[in-house]
Amino acid sequence: MTLNGWIQIALFFALVTALTRPLGGYLQRVLNGEKIFLSRLLGPLERGFYRLAGVDDGAEQHWTRYAVSVLSFSLAGYLTLYGLQLLQGALPLNPQYLPGLSADLSFNTAISFVTNTNWQSYGGETTMSYLTQMLGLTVHNFLSAATGIALAIALIRGFTRRNAQTLGNFWVDLTRATLYVLLPLSVFLALFFVWQGVPQNLNGYTEATTLEGAKQVIAQGPVASQVAIKMLGTNGGGFFNANAAHPYENPSAITDFVQLILIFLISAALTNTFGRMAKNELQGWALYSAMSVLFLAGVAVAYWAESQGNPAFIGMEIDQQASAMQAGGNMEGKEVRFGIAHSALFATATTDASCGAVNAMHDSFTALGGAVPLVNIMLGEVVFGGVGSGLYGMLLFALISLFIAGLMVGRTPEYLGKKIEAREIKMTMLAILCMPLALLGFLAVASVSPLALKSLANNGPHGFTEMLYAYTSAVGNNGSAFAGLSANTPFWNLTLGVAMLVGRFAVIVPMLAIAGSLAAKKYTPPSNGTFPTDSGLFVALLVAIVVIVGGLTYFPALALGPVAEHLAQRAGNLF
Amino acid sequence: MRHRKDANLLFEKSLLIPALTESFRKLRPSSLAKNPVIFITALVSLLATILFLRDGLTGGGHLLFSGQIIVWLWFTVLFANFAEALAEGRGKAQAASLRQTKTQAIAKRLLDKHDLASVEQVPATALAPGDFVIVVAGDLIPGDGEVVEGVATVDESAITGESAPVIRESGGDRSAVTGGTRVLSDQIKVRITAAQGAGFIDRMIALVEGASRQKTPNEIALNILLAGMSLIFVFATATIPSFAHYAAAGNQAGEISVIVLVALFVTLIPTTIGALLSAIGIAGMNRLVRFNVLAVSGRAVEAAGDINTLLLDKTGTITLGNRQAAEFLPVPGVTEQALADAAQLASLSDETPEGRSIVVLAKEKYGIRGRDLSGLQARFVPFTAQTRMSGVDLGEEGAANAQRIRKGAVESIVDAVIRNSGARAIPAELKIIAERVSRSGGTPLAVAQNGRVLGIVHLKDIVKGGIRERFAELRRMGIKTVMITGDNALTAAAIAAEAGVDDFLAQATPEDKLALIRKEQTGGRLVAMCGDGTNDAPALAQADVGVAMQTGTVAAKEAGNMVDLDSDPTKLIEIVGIGKQLLMTRGALTTFSIANDVAKYFAIVPALFTGLYPQLNALNIMKLGSAESAILSAIIFNALIIIALIPLALRGVRYRPMAAATMLSRNLLIYGLGGLIVPFIGIKLIDLLLGATGLVY
Repeated sequence: MTLNGWIQIALFFALVTALTRPLGGYLQRVLNGEKIFLSRLLGPLERGFYRLAGVDDGAEQHWTRYAVSVLSFSLAGYLTLYGLQLLQGALPLNPQYLPGLSADLSFNTAISFVTNTNWQSYGGETTMSYLTQMLGLTVHNFLSAATGIALAIALIRGFTRRNAQTLGNFWVDLTRATLYVLLPLSVFLALFFVWQGVPQNLNGYTEATTLEGAKQVIAQGPVASQVAIKMLGTNGGGFFNANAAHPYENPSAITDFVQLILIFLISAALTNTFGRMAKNELQGWALYSAMSVLFLAGVAVAYWAESQGNPAFIGMEIDQQASAMQAGGNMEGKEVRFGIAHSALFATATTDASCGAVNAMHDSFTALGGAVPLVNIMLGEVVFGGVGSGLYGMLLFALISLFIAGLMVGRTPEYLGKKIEAREIKMTMLAILCMPLALLGFLAVASVSPLALKSLANNGPHGFTEMLYAYTSAVGNNGSAFAGLSANTPFWNLTLGVAMLVGRFAVIVPMLAIAGSLAAKKYTPPSNGTFPTDSGLFVALLVAIVVIVGGLTYFPALALGPVAEHLAQRAGNLF
Repeated sequence: MRHRKDANLLFEKSLLIPALTESFRKLRPSSLAKNPVIFITALVSLLATILFLRDGLTGGGHLLFSGQIIVWLWFTVLFANFAEALAEGRGKAQAASLRQTKTQAIAKRLLDKHDLASVEQVPATALAPGDFVIVVAGDLIPGDGEVVEGVATVDESAITGESAPVIRESGGDRSAVTGGTRVLSDQIKVRITAAQGAGFIDRMIALVEGASRQKTPNEIALNILLAGMSLIFVFATATIPSFAHYAAAGNQAGEISVIVLVALFVTLIPTTIGALLSAIGIAGMNRLVRFNVLAVSGRAVEAAGDINTLLLDKTGTITLGNRQAAEFLPVPGVTEQALADAAQLASLSDETPEGRSIVVLAKEKYGIRGRDLSGLQARFVPFTAQTRMSGVDLGEEGAANAQRIRKGAVESIVDAVIRNSGARAIPAELKIIAERVSRSGGTPLAVAQNGRVLGIVHLKDIVKGGIRERFAELRRMGIKTVMITGDNALTAAAIAAEAGVDDFLAQATPEDKLALIRKEQTGGRLVAMCGDGTNDAPALAQADVGVAMQTGTVAAKEAGNMVDLDSDPTKLIEIVGIGKQLLMTRGALTTFSIANDVAKYFAIVPALFTGLYPQLNALNIMKLGSAESAILSAIIFNALIIIALIPLALRGVRYRPMAAATMLSRNLLIYGLGGLIVPFIGIKLIDLLLGATGLVY
């Protein structure tokens, strides 16, 4: 570990914190339907959309109606994306003449992008035509992120409305989040990335002759426009197979730093939006603090573990110390232009938020360093989390925490003046249960299925971790891959696809049910007997509940994966 | 506060044996199914037993070890049943004393309700609501009802435990009578209001026995949470064999038996709180009964913990029932001594509490002792509604030493003096003094002697000792207190300030009370109040917690959701405490139960997996003797902790009024951190014991 490394991590966290409040306020104004500086320019466009789609932007929706809108919108997105991939060979903007995808890969990828997961069983530059990248994947990067924001706002409305029947209008929330937040920021960021050297063209791949005289194909295309929303919307699906480790996708330390900020940007800001709408910004900062504690703990462990180097080298008289001459630590699978600190930070942030972009190969991390991304996803993608999904995930954990806290102070539990009763607990448990069910269930099947096991590159606990990571990433809608697993087989494409569906929609529907039931409740003003949810104690309790629920659920699996591997490595056994 | 003493002992022998047999009877599936966590435990124990029997027949497996596991699995279920049975048993003990009153009474039913002579003798069980009965001295009242004619003294000690007889009379607020109580004097005609088996005592018996117990809203929510957590552990444990199969890679060494998995599962699911949940609920209800309060449902007890606003009647709750003389305030030209002397003389024969307090004050302050009234030829002039004065005439009428002393409301005395001596006889200061007294919350009482005003006696509402501190406690708990009084606003404000209540409602009518409750409730606050009169009934029904006094009317008792057998309005404060304690006990044991899982994982996971990866023995931080010993220790600890926590479940966690955040950090420290550490110690100890006895290898 170096001072320089810690300063970069601190600088990153400081910048995210500084941006939280202004963007949080902007999001609140946008989603409240208030006029903002872009209204003049984009207002007519917005109203035009509503007219075109026949949406009455004044009509609010009951939670069931809201849920049906989300589901039908996602289904439509899935079907069009599925078709686009199957048929891309016959469609224009395909200079490399890439053929249509297999049915199982199209299924997997369509679900992956609709659910904001962006798991990639394929290599982008060798599979997807420019049309698919632009019209299919990039469009869904916008829409799945905007859907997440809309859902988070619907839940916040549930908390802050009183005796209300409706949660807002999904079509309006979706449109405003895209038009006033994601699009303008992405345009600006894409231009920035182009300036930094990211390609943005529709040319065919360049064939070059290397110094040794060998032929090399250099892939390119409309990269910058996709990378901007890929990071901003916590999508994480790379244009290239190597994702953010590819020099065209993430050319410099500056682009890396900006991309890091983008991972947390909207999710962090939404905590502030939550606080503002609850009329007490401290409520938002409390959630922000709980997320920060978990983030900082993760990045510290990952950075420490990677800086220590390979435990198997201990006793071999190999110098793993950082010095002026070498990075030290474990540099396997990391880009030299980013180094250990940025790689550990990126791995932590991308898995805290359900982004899933990678600038280093998690498979090559040490057992403990690689366990950090894994555990981050297992916690339920609530450490800032995906845009929107992180906030509503964390709020579900807050409900559980406050239920237990409420009992312990001798009152019917409440949050923001809304009583937490049997219905809320039932729905919260449903949402929380679906993740271990899909994750452990599929993992159990894969562990004994020769069909699954032949895709593994390693055996022993490391191979187990590769499978564990894949399902965790899918269910958590993260999308990052541990590598080492050849996932483009019908078995993996299908099971991972279903896992992604469960991880997204089995949470969304109960969550909206909670929002609907909370909105209909009356408000109980706080008193001395109410447990304050803007206090340090609440933050500590929330962190503890998130860690305990995640820890208790996955302890056996973790013991057989990274823990067993780490202990074996120390004893000199490799897998 | 008077407690029923019979239920104070936690583990009385007479309760233990029935509870033990009942624990086995509760193994019925229908009874187990009420508790999801224990039901799952019983199911997997059954599965493990069947596998054990199969192994026994085929001669496979390690029978001594799996046999012990199965024994402890069933103990876990039985201990849970035992906790519930014990709580119910304590209730039954309370009910038994109530049931004694339900001896077979013979009722004298009126064939014609207007004809007192048309009596037929029927068993009390044959009575229906609407029947009229005659009850004479010495008779047991055959059923709950309302006095429609007559007045009688009634011994209600059977239900209240209070030996002093009470008056029951037709009309007004004291017309309700309870079946099973005994008339001591006179005769009353009673209209029966409750059907047999649905009377007051029947309901009380059913409630304390736990027979008619329904799950409360928070209990249902908690049950869902616990069931959800159990499901998570189903996933966590059921997937282990397949993970182990992968890790073993065809090797037989790492195979994990189903019985061991069942053991892991049962230790992980929240059996501790699951086992004690219903016992906590029943015990909470019993605690109320011990305070002589009867709730119609557990829901009401739970709501008591949520109360935001407490409406309290001034008289009897905040102040002592009667006003007392506090000081003598003479007009200029009169000494305090002279005023006190005259006031004392006027009050010597006055038996009202106010009158007596004047005598007491005169003695305490000025040493004026009681005098022989007959020597003074005193004639007492009693208070009448017309004169609104009382007093005394001394000496021969018309004689020179004759004295006429009067005390009474200021206006009445002033009127009388003006009539006798003209307006000039009224000193200007009188009005000033009287107003000052009013403003301080007191009642001014003017004293005149022979047509001359001497001054004012300050009658004061005496705020109960310690009540101010209790209101401060309530405020710390976030509960607002509102004083209800018929006094004018000026007086009410003064008393409110002295007693330290947050707000007051002066010159309150029943409609005002109802309106206040509605207003608080629209603001999202839960309101508790107590009352006894029929005119309180709408407010009692509207309040979230309505405590009717046992002395009150049938209407009041029907409207409220609790009845206080001692008729003590201050008990509302205890009731709130009991409600909070009930929730806190559940929360604390849930936290404890979940925190326990960490240690259990560290005991069992290395035991499960060291066959696969020997290096995982590093997780055996407790250094448990062997894999078998580790698993057995965890399951034994898991069962024994239920027994160890029964007293806590029945008694409830300690409750002191304090702010929520302080209370939470205290409880988290005790039950969260404690729950984390205790099992590490407990499991290690059991492991050492097992190793010493040689029951495992």
